Amino acid sequence: MSSSAGTIALETGVPRGPQPSRINPYWVLVLPLVLFLVVLYLYPIGQVLWISFSDPEVGFQNYERLVTNRGILRMLGNTFRICFITTAISLLLGYLIAYAMAHVTERHRIWILMFVLVPFWVSVLARAFSWVVLLHDNGIINRALMDWGLTTEPVHLVRNELGVLIGMVHYMVPYAVLPLYANLRGIDPRLVSAARGLGAGPFESFWRVYLPLSLPGIAGAGLLVFILTLGFFVTPSILGGGKTLMIAEYVSVQILQTVRWGIGAMLAMVLLILVFLVFAVMSRVVDLRSMFGAK
Amino acid sequence: MSERYGWRFGVVLAATWLVLMFLVLPIFVSAPISLTPERFLTLPKDAVTLRNYENLVTNPNWTSSIWQSLVVAVVSTLISTTLGTLCAIGLWRIASRWSELVRGFVLLPIIVPSIVSALAFYRIFVDLRLLDSYPGIILAHTVLSVPYVVITVSTSLANFDLRLEQAARNLGADMKQTLRMVILPCIAPGVLAGAVFAFISSWDEIVVTLFITKLNIFTLPRRMWDGIRDQADPTIAACATTLIFITILVIGSQMWLRARRLKAQSQAETAA
Repeated sequence: MSSSAGTIALETGVPRGPQPSRINPYWVLVLPLVLFLVVLYLYPIGQVLWISFSDPEVGFQNYERLVTNRGILRMLGNTFRICFITTAISLLLGYLIAYAMAHVTERHRIWILMFVLVPFWVSVLARAFSWVVLLHDNGIINRALMDWGLTTEPVHLVRNELGVLIGMVHYMVPYAVLPLYANLRGIDPRLVSAARGLGAGPFESFWRVYLPLSLPGIAGAGLLVFILTLGFFVTPSILGGGKTLMIAEYVSVQILQTVRWGIGAMLAMVLLILVFLVFAVMSRVVDLRSMFGAK
Repeated sequence: MSERYGWRFGVVLAATWLVLMFLVLPIFVSAPISLTPERFLTLPKDAVTLRNYENLVTNPNWTSSIWQSLVVAVVSTLISTTLGTLCAIGLWRIASRWSELVRGFVLLPIIVPSIVSALAFYRIFVDLRLLDSYPGIILAHTVLSVPYVVITVSTSLANFDLRLEQAARNLGADMKQTLRMVILPCIAPGVLAGAVFAFISSWDEIVVTLFITKLNIFTLPRRMWDGIRDQADPTIAACATTLIFITILVIGSQMWLRARRLKAQSQAETAA
């Protein structure tokens, strides 16, 4: 878009004061926020990056721990395992819901959407709290199991990896549903009808026509969920009860409890780089701008 | 698509509703617990009481947290809505390679994992002496909520005819007038939606708050966080239930309005 004011000045040929500058005047509106973020966000992140190389002494020794320190290696292994499992289950459940949503009547769809959106918007702490109450050794589920005589000992459902997985999948399913649904709605239903007309069974037409068409949606939703799980703090730390440490909580322990800034900052930077890498992959698979609602 | 579904799709639907039940399950837990007369988290057996709700609105610990969260959320929403709206309008009007780069930059706070943001704020607030203070937490929450405003306002601008702005400029309005009299009134619903998002993101924020506050500032999420870890106080259940109830009310009314609008639309189309 060319500047309309400049065009008019040219057409009328009247020189209006000083030569109009090349810089679009609307930058004035953008600048305050950019300055605000540079000072209060970019600069301190840069400081954290610097700490990761300089605390306790300048060098790569913090990053060396990534391959030498057993505790960190085990923690990273836990994080990736939990993230992969969470992503896989969330995608499966999310796909089911999105598929149903794409194939039901408008009224039914609104009901399903409501059941997805309400938990999506409920405070993450309220949800973590409810899961603790449900899954705890003296919690509702264990009480019921023992009252019905199904077990005599409480089953440990929380303060371990199982609890973390339940809470995380619960949190992530809506994030999987929304992009998947947007993708599935874009698939022409006549393609499936055509496959059926050409003799494919219902399973085959899903497997060989519908599913491949929805692959971009699956990739987009999967990467989004994966990014969110990688840096997830609240749910793993409440439902893991300090026993299943993932990277975000590990960082917080390093900073707030053992006060080892070098290691904390290093792991924060590793997390940040991982997230950016996944985003870079994502931008090749899906239209990020449409996902963020810009344009 | 009002024909009856086949049995295969019936299985899909049944499984879908099973998953949906899993999604809403926690929502039905805190309400009964919040009515317990006991001093610890348990389902009420013989009697129910509203004492936990009373505690939520009278206990000075809880009321001060509610007020603090409100103040922080309102002030940071005002700042982030102003900065974010101006920025979104500027980026929309510029629409060049540079503005796309800036757009990516201002979205950074929602892309960066919250633990990394927490470290960054902690670090700089030590230097600025803003730890455990209102200005500190308000600034941090402003940074974290501003992308939601930029996104929402940008979406709303995408549906706004650029020629209206050009017409205003051609008729002699300067940038300020165009902004105030043409652009802002047209995108007001988008700005309001952005403000709502910003408010919720601040109201609910915990990770950064855990790092940059201590005793002076004790927001509602922080109080809940501590309570869940100690697992003692049934007031959390009352608090959680209230939050859930408000969420259902807001989402429900929005969906209802949308459904009504859709219905009115389809009726208008049939009539025409």
